[in-house]
Amino acid sequence: MASKRKYKGIDQLSTRDKVVVSLMVIVPTLIVLWLVWLPAIGSVLLSFTNWDGIGPLSGIKSVGLQNYRDIATIYPPFWPAIQHNLIWLAVMFLVATPLGMLFAVLVDRGVAGTRFYQTSIYLPVVLSLALIGFIWQLIYSRDQGLINAITGGTTDWYGDPNVNLWAALVAASWRHAGYIMLLYLAGLKGVDPSLREAAKIDGASESQTFFKVVFPVMRPINIIVLVVTFIESLRAFDLVWVINKGRNGLELISTLVTQNVVGEASRIGFGSALATIMLLISSVLVFIYLRIAMKED
Amino acid sequence: MTRPSSEAEYLARMVPPSVRGVDRRTLLRGALGVGALLGAGGLAACSSGSTGSTGVPTGAVTGTVTVGSNQSDAVPKAAVQSYMDAFAKANPGTTVKINTVDHNSFQENINNYLQGSPDDVFTWFAGYRMQFFAEKGLVGDISDVWKNITGMSDALKKASTAADGKQYFVPITNYPWAVFYRKSLFQEKGYEVPKTLDDLNALGAQMKKDGLAPIAFGDKDGWPAMGTFDQINLRVNGYDFHVSLMAGKESWTDPKVKKVFDTWAGILPLHQADSLGRTWQEAAQSLQQKKSGMYVLGSFLAQQFTKGAEQDDLDFFTFPEIDSTIGTDAIEAPIDGYMMSAKPKNEGGAKKLLQYISQPEAQLLALKADPSVIATNQTADTSGYTALQKKSLEYVKSAKSIAQFMDRDTRPDFASTVMIPAIQSFIKNPKDIDGLLTSIEAQKKSIFGS
Repeated sequence: MASKRKYKGIDQLSTRDKVVVSLMVIVPTLIVLWLVWLPAIGSVLLSFTNWDGIGPLSGIKSVGLQNYRDIATIYPPFWPAIQHNLIWLAVMFLVATPLGMLFAVLVDRGVAGTRFYQTSIYLPVVLSLALIGFIWQLIYSRDQGLINAITGGTTDWYGDPNVNLWAALVAASWRHAGYIMLLYLAGLKGVDPSLREAAKIDGASESQTFFKVVFPVMRPINIIVLVVTFIESLRAFDLVWVINKGRNGLELISTLVTQNVVGEASRIGFGSALATIMLLISSVLVFIYLRIAMKED
Repeated sequence: MTRPSSEAEYLARMVPPSVRGVDRRTLLRGALGVGALLGAGGLAACSSGSTGSTGVPTGAVTGTVTVGSNQSDAVPKAAVQSYMDAFAKANPGTTVKINTVDHNSFQENINNYLQGSPDDVFTWFAGYRMQFFAEKGLVGDISDVWKNITGMSDALKKASTAADGKQYFVPITNYPWAVFYRKSLFQEKGYEVPKTLDDLNALGAQMKKDGLAPIAFGDKDGWPAMGTFDQINLRVNGYDFHVSLMAGKESWTDPKVKKVFDTWAGILPLHQADSLGRTWQEAAQSLQQKKSGMYVLGSFLAQQFTKGAEQDDLDFFTFPEIDSTIGTDAIEAPIDGYMMSAKPKNEGGAKKLLQYISQPEAQLLALKADPSVIATNQTADTSGYTALQKKSLEYVKSAKSIAQFMDRDTRPDFASTVMIPAIQSFIKNPKDIDGLLTSIEAQKKSIFGS
């Protein structure tokens, strides 16, 4: 599979090397096929059925596009979920990521107690999700939570569908900013100090130095940060699931998929249709991103 | 009985071979952070049953019986251990291996569990879902065990029977849903137990005047409000309508259903505000702290009260009468119990164990841990019962018909993906009942039609 006669290089390899190389190609390919492509294609196929997860695969009945029709017309959580996913993406891009970058710049400049800030900002990334859910429950609970206890208010942070998405976004940003900070900080440490010196000698101000010299130099890191933000926003699931299983104002496509597929409900076909929609949305965004990234190269 | 929220972690061993590595669950499992797919299976213990393939052995049994338990909280878990130990002691040479799984995860993964390598015996509930598993051949017929069971009422036997007339379930405990209150608060303020809806409204108005939230309410997890719906439905339309509505045979746009929501909308102002961010535990604590006057919930709410005097102060009454032609003789009292998997490794041991579970000895051991439930075997000694348990027992006995609970009486996909969001949106906006019912009916048709 991996060896072609015409390719000269491989002929120079010993038989043993050829076997090793073939294995190194075949094994990962099979793993990717088995773990990524098969489930993805299976999911798309299942989305045209009404399988309830019970019985052999041969007993599956096709229902055509009914799942998709139902999702768009009679499934009330769907459109709010799309909207919430977009809001999530926007907040991560416009607030959480810039905040993380700002933290990185500040920490890099060496404010007093840098290590302390660095650790405390990064801490949320290390904490387990169950713990994060618990921490925010303590803060947001309407009757027993910290915020309402201090302010004397009665805002129902997790229960009011107009508020809870933003409450969840604060918690998500809290975690995301720390992650971005660390990534960005690593990049900043790698910037050649002589660049900054040169800028300084030329009489550039601090912000000019950052935006005109440091930022462009860090292009590879910027792209990584963008990709990470993008992936994290689309994957948004865990925090919302811990809060209220993605209901009542916190619907996201990912939670709808899980509600339908993983639970006792077992609407495998219906859930697969939702998953396929999610796949399509991701693909569009990935496509746009790749176009931009390639063009700039 | 407690249903803490937690994430699925039990998935790996539950993959049925037919779908292992094929469908998108692999992806989801990855998303959930459970990567141990390859470690699946292999948990079922070996056993050497000394009995034939059918019938309940009369003598002692040997080998290992595996038990899948959803009693994951510390106290109930210890109780399960205690009666399983007692069984093993009574049958020398038998060991019972208990696999305890988080309550919610167990329930959510039951389909995969039963199609994978289930334990010989496992915890489940009576109701629609039990019958559904029987129909699909995922659980074992235990009619022969029932031939030897004594002390169970006909109603319980009926609740353990599937559509084919065979039994598939052994009840261990049950608990009623009702309106709970603190006796001391009612005495102190001179409140009277309401008999009718008008009484309830008057009492609620008085409680509001006294600065209380009349009815404690928490529906963050989505299921507790189903109980309120069921109570009102049983009072407005009666038991038979409840059953056929849950079975998908009635239209949700029927004026009868609308009347349930209309009635509920009428008393919704008596409910604690902002219920969608509150867990049932927090709502129960507001009852305990005398910040609210009543609470429509299962008797498991006693878990939020300190044992002793405080639990003795807890009392309940049946949900008030709404229609005098319907009355109040239908109640809701979910039954917990055990079932046998379709192909148990140790069938003799499993059946013997199920028979043991039906007996007072095992049931009383179960109650020790959780005094908010009652034994299902009528011959169980009630001298050790708390006042609340005695009252629960009388209450359940005197009821003419007993419903399970919305999510046990209907299809789980309908209950969780349609009814939870629907009821939550009703609580948010009780005005648009017609629109809501149209939406429920459209989704019901799609789900039940498939």
